[in-house]
Amino acid sequence: MIFDGKAHKFGNDVNTDYIISGKYKFKTLDMQALAKHVMEDLDPQFYRKVSAGDFIVAGTNFGCGSSREQAPLAIKYAAISAVLAKSFARIFYRNAINTGLPVVECDTDQIAPGDELLVNLVDGVITNKTKKVNLPVKPLPGVMLKILQDGGLAPHFRKYGGFNLT
Amino acid sequence: MSKTMIEKIISSHSGREVHAGDIVVADVDYVMAQDGTAPLAIRAFKDMGGEEVFNRDRVALVIDHSAPSPNEGVSSLHKLMREFAAEKEFYLYDVGEGVCHQLIPESGKVGPGSLVIGADSHTCTYGALNAFSTGVGSTDLAGGLIAGRMWFKVPETVKIVCNETLPAGVYSKDLILYLIGEVTADGATYMAAEYTGEAIAAMSQEARFTIANMAVEMGAKAGLMEADDKTLAWLRRFSKRKYTPVFAGAGAVYSRVLEYDVSRLEPQVARPHRVDNVVPVKDVAGRPVAQAVLGTCTNGRLEDLRIAAGILDGRKVHRNVRLIVAPASRRVFLDAMAEGFIQSLVEAGAAIVTPGCGPCVGTHNGVPSDGETVISTANRNFKGRMGNSNAEIYLASPATVAASALTGEITDPREMPGILKLTN
Repeated sequence: MIFDGKAHKFGNDVNTDYIISGKYKFKTLDMQALAKHVMEDLDPQFYRKVSAGDFIVAGTNFGCGSSREQAPLAIKYAAISAVLAKSFARIFYRNAINTGLPVVECDTDQIAPGDELLVNLVDGVITNKTKKVNLPVKPLPGVMLKILQDGGLAPHFRKYGGFNLT
Repeated sequence: MSKTMIEKIISSHSGREVHAGDIVVADVDYVMAQDGTAPLAIRAFKDMGGEEVFNRDRVALVIDHSAPSPNEGVSSLHKLMREFAAEKEFYLYDVGEGVCHQLIPESGKVGPGSLVIGADSHTCTYGALNAFSTGVGSTDLAGGLIAGRMWFKVPETVKIVCNETLPAGVYSKDLILYLIGEVTADGATYMAAEYTGEAIAAMSQEARFTIANMAVEMGAKAGLMEADDKTLAWLRRFSKRKYTPVFAGAGAVYSRVLEYDVSRLEPQVARPHRVDNVVPVKDVAGRPVAQAVLGTCTNGRLEDLRIAAGILDGRKVHRNVRLIVAPASRRVFLDAMAEGFIQSLVEAGAAIVTPGCGPCVGTHNGVPSDGETVISTANRNFKGRMGNSNAEIYLASPATVAASALTGEITDPREMPGILKLTN
């Protein structure tokens, strides 16, 4: 799990309504169609600016608000490889891991918009290639790492026939 | 070692003595999803190899977010839900029955000591019944439907002590808005809250639901209260089951203890576009409003309709304001009709919409126009929340919303004639 891409920067308290608005998410299960509206209320051009493998980089409390799993899915289907933030809201954090979207807690003040990043989730290292610095990463709890390594909670269930975590 | 409420409830559901920081797989008593989250949960259920739900009597789907359906896309997702519930032989609350967070408490299947997961972030509402209930995403929910279990990190608890009692014209909604302003939108992330103190004890059970409902707006996983005679009396309307209240141990460890004297609290409002952007109503009084919304899982209960009807009875909503009322459930709607509240509201000029989430989530029932100001009893005022990112949403109590609907501008309800005789 090594990703290479550039940073798209957002502020604190990016809520799930901003990630994918309720006016779209109730209508469809087509996540590719939802992905076109990702972050639309904060940046109407966002979907078009993303190149496959890029990162969303944010401040504190990313993903606060509703429990909609369409939020991490819309990010994933927009070809974002991971979300880096100072902290995450808890339901979003679980949903991201369950659906196989990597989420990483780190000091995002050291990342500027457009910086080229190399994120190595196996070794837990983020390299800011533009600024030539390595950022320490707060490790995932073991339970979540196991789910992520299985590819999400659904593959975990298929593999074990239920929870096999503790 | 002494335990908090949530440590006790998770211990009793995991067969282990747990404390904050432990990670466990625990049994769940009830599992619920609504029409915004159930379709993905059904897909995850199939993807996970699910065959039957763990207990047909302890799961439910609710069609409340877009009810009745406003378009064909939503209709096909509703159909998917109905077919799934019929095939797995469990109950689906259909159009017109109400908001999930009113219906699940009314089912009588959730009470003191219960552990509940719901695919809706405001599932924390049942904390007012001394339960540990929390919002999850669709995949966690599908795991719960299949296994009757979920993994949890046992949270730390912040204890919020509300001393003294609320003054007249100031309600539980004002108190929770004030607390969110103090704690901030992520001040309790990953934590549970325990609300206690004289002000909570003095409140009606319905007023307590409003407080528990908004725990997630400070990032909390749950917000719990003690069960007392009022809680048990409320439950007896819906269930014959004997529940045993869960109390925190005397030596329970809290991450923080916050104490407030609420006796001088004023009516509060959350300004756009953050729930923790809270000021006294007087600071924004006079701002013209185009739409007023009474309802939602926060404030659509009988007591809320009573308070609003008390202000609007015999008067007329301002001609520049659309007042939209969504009772929280069919039972609330029927009770409000029997009490005459619906008559008062409709005569005053209110538009009553189907019991459900109404315009709160931006799919239908009152999407505001560009530049309009809405005052609402809902729990979120994020930009675009009601379906238009160019509208401004203010959150307030039913009394403030009713008073503002009458005057056409944001109004402190204590200025309305007769208001101070109403109690909460």
